[in-house]
Amino acid sequence: MRAMVYRGPYKVRVEEKDIPPIEHPNDAIVRVTLAAICGSDLHLYHGMMPDTRVGMTFGHEFIGVVEQVGSSVQNLKVGDRVMVPFNIYCGSCYFCVRGLYSNCHNVNPNATAVGGIYGYSHTCGGYDGGQSEYVRVPFADVGPSIIPDWLDDEDALMCTDALSTGYFGAQLGDISEGDTVAVFGAGPVGLFAAKSAWLMGAGRVIVIDQLEYRLEKARSFAQAETRNFAEYDDIVVEMKKTTDYLGADVVIDAVGAEADGNFTQHVTAAKFKLQGGSPIALNWAIDSVRKGGTVSVMGAYGPMFSAVKFGDAMNKGLTLRMNQAPVKRQWPRLFEHIQNGYLKPNDIVTHRIPLEHIAEGYHMFSAKLDNCIKPVIVPNA
Amino acid sequence: MPYTANQPPRAESNDELRARIPGWGADLDPKDRPSVPRERFDPGATGAHWEFPDRQEEKWPRERSIEHKFLTPVFGTSSPPKGLSGVLRKFAYATYSEGRAAHWLILLGADRVDAIESHLKSFLTTRPDNPITETGVLSEFHRNGFSSRFGRKRVDLHHQWIDPILVAGPWIAAVCAIVWGARALAKR
Ligand SMILES: NC(=O)c1ccc[n+]([C@@H]2O[C@H](COP(=O)([O-])OP(=O)(O)OC[C@H]3O[C@@H](n4cnc5c(N)ncnc54)[C@H](O)[C@@H]3O)[C@@H](O)[C@H]2O)c1
Ligand SMILES: [Zn+2]
Ligand SMILES: [Zn+2]
Repeated sequence: MRAMVYRGPYKVRVEEKDIPPIEHPNDAIVRVTLAAICGSDLHLYHGMMPDTRVGMTFGHEFIGVVEQVGSSVQNLKVGDRVMVPFNIYCGSCYFCVRGLYSNCHNVNPNATAVGGIYGYSHTCGGYDGGQSEYVRVPFADVGPSIIPDWLDDEDALMCTDALSTGYFGAQLGDISEGDTVAVFGAGPVGLFAAKSAWLMGAGRVIVIDQLEYRLEKARSFAQAETRNFAEYDDIVVEMKKTTDYLGADVVIDAVGAEADGNFTQHVTAAKFKLQGGSPIALNWAIDSVRKGGTVSVMGAYGPMFSAVKFGDAMNKGLTLRMNQAPVKRQWPRLFEHIQNGYLKPNDIVTHRIPLEHIAEGYHMFSAKLDNCIKPVIVPNA
Repeated sequence: MPYTANQPPRAESNDELRARIPGWGADLDPKDRPSVPRERFDPGATGAHWEFPDRQEEKWPRERSIEHKFLTPVFGTSSPPKGLSGVLRKFAYATYSEGRAAHWLILLGADRVDAIESHLKSFLTTRPDNPITETGVLSEFHRNGFSSRFGRKRVDLHHQWIDPILVAGPWIAAVCAIVWGARALAKR
């Protein structure tokens, strides 16, 4: 089969690999029909995530058709069209039975601090991902769902991560009626978080980024106010001014480890890997939220330390909430919102790229060329 | 204004927001939010029909965190450890917990070693690494590399110049080292 393969920082190519075999009785093998590149993949691509091995196939956002099932699989059969959450999880451990699907203890030998994620380094379990023609899907009775007939393929694909994550991020904000919600980052996660904040009753939603084309999307798709942080000497002061010096009630970090806006922080983290992640957006969030407010962290950070302004968070009495999204928990309610027309997930898809051209897809998405917001990968284009 | 007791006035009323934004307030009640409360004990909800999963076969000594009691029943089998990077990785897992910086720093170092080992090895194959196609830089030409960047006040331009150095630097250094070595040999 054809599969994307990591060749070292900033380098990927498509190689011929063996179709993955069933390795466990509850495995399924899925033929991928659509995959996507996520902002999280950029952290791997840039070599920031420890134990990212040459030869690994990335990709944790994909949908496909069941090609083969293991002997204990009951809920899926060959030929089913499935959407697969980015989390790999067993459904039976201490954490899974409490709904913490992203924190499963039975799928990642490499780390206890992280659950299992497809194609996301050995630190997340060492599984090959879905930017390929076939992928092994562990716990086929637990993770995947059959795609409802009424749901478009690209919408289903957005549910496997970006939409579910944005929606989850808004929930962690504990938004109350009329709250002012600020979202740092206008990538797929931030756009969906901003959109979701309205569903939860926000009175005002402000999205902050530096890419004007993405802010334009935040205005049209997420009906939000926007601020381009590159136009302000100090975005924190602007956030105070625009809230009459109170600060936002809720701030969502949808940027993560490669945050920009401070050369030293960015370069030490993203280029020289001396921090687990660049905490610029997280620090802006801590400083922009009101005292007693909530910061919801959806942006991903590596396992090493980062220079987070913890004292400000402490002195302001903030609630910091965060996690990898437990994706499947969001689906029943998200399906209702999609059917009601409140959400049209694939509105943010900007590019559809054949798997064979994935190296150029990574470069474009990483360098933010061609007004790219969300690139979708088509294995058999 | 936080200097007095009152909640600042709202710019838009609920009705105005409902009219402007389809679905506004649909999840106003926390009961409609699927991740509230965060933990909800419900073993029947996941589809798992086992108390503890069957164990996947361990085909090579699988490296694992020493914070785990045992090898997890299911694990990924991509890219087994090999070469010097494999030695470093196995050492990091066997020696240091996730709480130790050494664990992660050795793993990051092993990643750099892995890249070098793999590039060198690729030159012995019919498909050597090609930094031009593998970095996808050619997309600069048909994805508007110039107009996507300039005249847009992008702050990431302040450091994007470092990327080509990070990628090409080691290659250039390797070529220089070879030339220098060859010269030194020729002089003898
Ligand atoms: N928690 C989860 O489950 C989960 C799931 C998916 C993605 N993520 C993480 O969410 C983050 C965003 O993902 P994405 O796919 O939207 O990525 P993306 O790279 O497309 O978007 C990030 C955006 O942040 C902007 N940005 C950079 N620095 C900023 C700053 N200081 N302030 C405001 N904006 C800034 C960038 O210009 C970009 O538009 C990533 O870190 C990703 O790893 C987490
Ligand atoms: Zn993702
Ligand atoms: Zn589990």
